Amino acid sequence: MSATQEALRRYHFPASDGSRIPYGMYRDAEIYALEQERIFRGPVWNYLALECEMPAPGDFRVIAVGDTPVIVNRARDGAIHAMVNRCAHRGSIVQRQIYGNARGHICCYHQWSYDLTGRLVSVPFRRGVKGVGGLPADFDMGCHGLQTLRVSVLNGVIFGSFSEDAVPLQEFLDVPFVAQLKRIFHKQPVVLGYQRQRIFGNWKLYTDNLRDPNHGGLLHMFQITFGIARLSGRGGATMDREHKHNMSWAAQGSRPEDDAPAESQEGYSDTGRGDMDIRLRDPSMLRYHKEYPDDLSLTIASIFPNCAFQQIGNTLAVRQFRTKSADEFEIFSTYFGYADDDDAMRRHRLRKANLAGPAGLVSMEDGEAVELVHRAIVRDGQEHSVVEFGGRGAISDQENLVTDVPMRGFWIHYCKLMGIETGEPRP
Amino acid sequence: MTADRFIAMTMLFEKYARLLDEDRLEEWTDLFVEGCLYEIVSRENVRQNLPLSLMLCDSKDMLRDRISALREANIFNIHVDCHVIGPVHVAPSDAGWDVSSAYALYQSTQEGETRLFSVGRYHAHVVEHDGALRFARQRVVVDTGAILTLLATPI
Repeated sequence: MSATQEALRRYHFPASDGSRIPYGMYRDAEIYALEQERIFRGPVWNYLALECEMPAPGDFRVIAVGDTPVIVNRARDGAIHAMVNRCAHRGSIVQRQIYGNARGHICCYHQWSYDLTGRLVSVPFRRGVKGVGGLPADFDMGCHGLQTLRVSVLNGVIFGSFSEDAVPLQEFLDVPFVAQLKRIFHKQPVVLGYQRQRIFGNWKLYTDNLRDPNHGGLLHMFQITFGIARLSGRGGATMDREHKHNMSWAAQGSRPEDDAPAESQEGYSDTGRGDMDIRLRDPSMLRYHKEYPDDLSLTIASIFPNCAFQQIGNTLAVRQFRTKSADEFEIFSTYFGYADDDDAMRRHRLRKANLAGPAGLVSMEDGEAVELVHRAIVRDGQEHSVVEFGGRGAISDQENLVTDVPMRGFWIHYCKLMGIETGEPRP
Repeated sequence: MTADRFIAMTMLFEKYARLLDEDRLEEWTDLFVEGCLYEIVSRENVRQNLPLSLMLCDSKDMLRDRISALREANIFNIHVDCHVIGPVHVAPSDAGWDVSSAYALYQSTQEGETRLFSVGRYHAHVVEHDGALRFARQRVVVDTGAILTLLATPI
């Protein structure tokens, strides 16, 4: 058993329903190393980029899958390719720009040159000089390309996989998430810009957070304070059949006074939060201009393991989680609108983006919450997080927001991929 | 440009930084005109000609809302800011002045740990309003586009 494999034995999951998570899973560098192999390079599809970011042949973006740098580009035949940004020669970064257009990718170290499919096409002085030096005569260029990823595209959203064992993308996503991607990419998107947030905590504290609708109305008090939404509003959590993905959702027209006048304030009586009916001077950015056939005004679709597709009203974005170590990750967010947006809609999306991201009025707290947990769990790796909102045992879709059941779904799937044996089933 | 004008702009930027560092955020908003634009954008987006900001207030009311959200609602890392603003460059423009300068913003925790939080450049348009210099526009272009932890208090 390898040392890394041995790391798994350090922590015990006492319950098979994911309701107890050992703190060490968030802090252990060897667990992190194993995740790169079994989660990010495991039988999953990682979000890579959007097709609209690379419209022309040669257009590329350098992204990351877990902590592996990856080039995503469009080849001459129009197909999207993804390959590890690491020279097959000495392991150098090949493409140093983070975006651009290139005929191929040339390593600056010894000028090894790769085409847009990752194939090694030229090596300077391969035959040496006047028959002296150079590579051996039997050196096979065909065996020294960039490591490639499988690529699959759904409605212009590019996913990649390192694993031959990953089931086809749509099967992996499952019906609700295929539907959600088709919903927000139902027409040509246009990138409005990027945001990056560097959080000094473990990446899974963030994916947990995305699967915990319960914190929304308790930590993120902007909408509560300004009377926009409450936990008692209409919403829920939808999962795939393996419960590894989660879509937290809320429906418009669900102001608490419409739905549950008595309970809307009641649950907050113990929170010590003050006046919850302050008005904004300029509430215009909060308006939701309905643009889908349904009444969902908030959807956060978190796809296992590395992304979330966000619709906060009319603010649309995809967040890619780029891990740096057990103790640090980046959220790389790509905000978009649609090609047929008029000026007013484009402006509205840009103003409403104030709600999301590292400075988001509704979202900034996540960075703080993740770091608060990460700092406090530095010791006592055997101790556990408690995940019981919405109940224990079997996992099912949730029709309310006072739940963190989807978090258990994530961990059950995570343990399966990592090869972790969990404890007894619970009632 | 006269030396007086240079000194006046330097004093305006000094006050801007001091009010932020002393957590006098409501007074800081008073340095802006009603129809102001306050925007924090990343160099990464500017370079790609992409319009998305990190923070965008296109009126003084939106700026005031930002501050009242920080006071009443948002939870963020407890810290003290320290802005260090470089010499200003002043150029007359549109019944006012375009004023730019480099900045460095350090953040310190309650326990006295300091980190360099953000560096970048201010691109302001300053006008004279009721006998005082006010910001009609303050566009903060951050080189530190990878925001450390979160961005709550203005830069």
